[in-house]
Amino acid sequence: MKLLIKGGRVIDPANNLDDVLDILVENSRISKVAKNIKANGSEVIDASGKIVMPGIVDMHVHLREPGREDKETVETGTLAAAAGGVTSVLAMPNTAPAPDSVENVRLVREIIKNSAKTNVFICGAITIGRLGKHLTDISKLKKEGAIAISDDGASVDSPELMQKALKNAKSEKIAVICHCEDRELSASGVVNAGFTSTRMGLRGISRESEYKRVARDIELAQKLNAPIHIAHVSCKETVEIIAKAKKKGIKVTCETAPHYFALDESAALGYDTNMKMNPPLRGKNDMFAIRHGLADGVIDVIASDHAPHTENEKEIEFERAEFGVIGLETELAVSITELIEAGLLEWQGLVRKLCLNPANILRINKGTLGVGADADIVVFSPEEEWVVKKEKLVSKSKNSCFLGRKLMGVVVYTICGGKLVHKG
Amino acid sequence: MVWTKKDLLGLEELSKEEIGLILDTAESFKEVSSREIKKVPALRGKTVVNLFYEPSTRTRVSFEVAAKRLSADVINIATETSSVKKGETLIDTGKNIQALKANIIVMRHNYSGAAAMLARHLDISVVNAGDGWHEHPTQALLDIFTLKEKLGHIEGLNVTIIGDIAHSRVARSNIWGLTKLGAKVTVCAPAILIPAAIEEMGAAVSHNVDEALRNADAVNVLRMQFERDENNAFPKQLEYYKEFGITSERLKKAKKNIVVMHPGPINRGIEMSSEVADGLNSVILEQVTNGIAVRMAVLFLVAQAQGKTNEAAD
Repeated sequence: MKLLIKGGRVIDPANNLDDVLDILVENSRISKVAKNIKANGSEVIDASGKIVMPGIVDMHVHLREPGREDKETVETGTLAAAAGGVTSVLAMPNTAPAPDSVENVRLVREIIKNSAKTNVFICGAITIGRLGKHLTDISKLKKEGAIAISDDGASVDSPELMQKALKNAKSEKIAVICHCEDRELSASGVVNAGFTSTRMGLRGISRESEYKRVARDIELAQKLNAPIHIAHVSCKETVEIIAKAKKKGIKVTCETAPHYFALDESAALGYDTNMKMNPPLRGKNDMFAIRHGLADGVIDVIASDHAPHTENEKEIEFERAEFGVIGLETELAVSITELIEAGLLEWQGLVRKLCLNPANILRINKGTLGVGADADIVVFSPEEEWVVKKEKLVSKSKNSCFLGRKLMGVVVYTICGGKLVHKG
Repeated sequence: MVWTKKDLLGLEELSKEEIGLILDTAESFKEVSSREIKKVPALRGKTVVNLFYEPSTRTRVSFEVAAKRLSADVINIATETSSVKKGETLIDTGKNIQALKANIIVMRHNYSGAAAMLARHLDISVVNAGDGWHEHPTQALLDIFTLKEKLGHIEGLNVTIIGDIAHSRVARSNIWGLTKLGAKVTVCAPAILIPAAIEEMGAAVSHNVDEALRNADAVNVLRMQFERDENNAFPKQLEYYKEFGITSERLKKAKKNIVVMHPGPINRGIEMSSEVADGLNSVILEQVTNGIAVRMAVLFLVAQAQGKTNEAAD
């Protein structure tokens, strides 16, 4: 079967492309990228006036299956991904059971095989049960299909254990993703510590609880000359620490989520539990630091930290509500609205952060439109506006922090492995 | 000035004019309590539900008396006897009360923001009778009403609040209300009981009582909630009394007519000596009396606004 995507503005930083081009897909791969391709008998997608880029590689997604199928399943999560232009997701390991053994990784792999609508990659656990006590067998997890390890949702408190994990991961050539949080410091906080926690009468989560752990993990990576990836950067100090480390040549990469560059702590003042996430929305200064970190290259990746929760877990008192928001369906549009429109990123830069950089960090052959690559492609209208509405969201859970927001950029086609998985 | 808010959730979101309107309305209601027949028909046929998730006697009784003096029917729900214990959500509880065709829910809740959440989901009025550490607007309004009655004005006053500021909704509501009306507020406590960035709310911070009392026109002494001291981090009771307790000796160094307030219940000999509590500067019982008038005003105004806010919000 042949598919021809005609006349779109093709943006592909992996091949340094930004031009009006046609893309021919044959047998689920990209077979040609050129002007005015003639391909008889192929299905044609008219992409004129649209942008064509590689499918988004979202390296921070909670699909909740196995264990919490009431929040999301691999099927509903990947349908939401497709709707958002995401063709590859990295499934985070805070499931029940956690992918901490060969059997448990195999279980996740089976579910993916049976129900995923996009590519799903597995992030194994660093420690058994993500409890921070005993390391998993990284080599075996990798053989079974894990492409990264993380204890996401928790940080590995013991520096000895973390160092060992980094060392093993280095020799296995597998990415380590750090959720950086010192729980002794963040304690039972629920919003950013400072004026916001004081005026809301809530316990605060300090910046220190994040950046001190970031500094520790980077120091460990430096000692071993091992690569390390820092998840969901939310505050100014973290950006500064990572910038310094990069200058020193330490192999650190990092990601942020759209809510950290689109929103600040003031959004939480009405006790809207869709503004409750961990790390929390920070101050305006932090938000600007994140934006500049994206603009100047300190922050490599935009990932959603898609964290679905049921209404029962969100429509309750702020302190009792679960942390986290969904984001697969809004990350592209929020990025366009907040970064492209504001002139902070050029298209090439945005595509790097959404597609190419995460693929490189995870060492997967994605995020490119090169000939021979898997045909994971998004076609979207960059200037079309839409309003985020609960009833329009595909994800099983509706806990978006962008409900009611007008955004720019509508996904028109999502193609994954040559197959049309979403039509807007 | 017309009142348009269906709910009273806190003083942070009120304008100076709105606070003024509540105080003026309270003044006109105060006289009702001194009549032989202490009742006006302002809320006749309306139902007020006191929904209390935390044990409270004085605030609950004060609201009940206020509602009854306005001729409303009053129903008291305490968590011990409700389906809340069976796991019903707050929103469900609220919707059930709304389905009973009640007009106003007066809620005390241990979680900050609970009143705001409930108000968002209901068409009927919600009056916050204290939510977590967040706000206790009617307490601050009655404090301000009492101060104004005693000193004639609020603008330009120096008001010191002493005690556990970090965990106090009374302190927060007082800071918002007093600063909006032009008073200067100083909070005074050991450092561990002062919350982060409180200065951004408009309050000055002191750790020395004598200093904080020196220019004060009024002092509001908060109850030390030693039962909240989970981490055993508070100063010990006697130590606190020595450093921060309000005694006659301390008051001698302050302005002669300094107004001494306390939201009650008092821990005598911990935050304040009995001599001060019962002394000439104390207005503690007047606060209780004024609480009725202020709560009558609030119930009356939010009931009047029903329907208006909804239209405005759409």
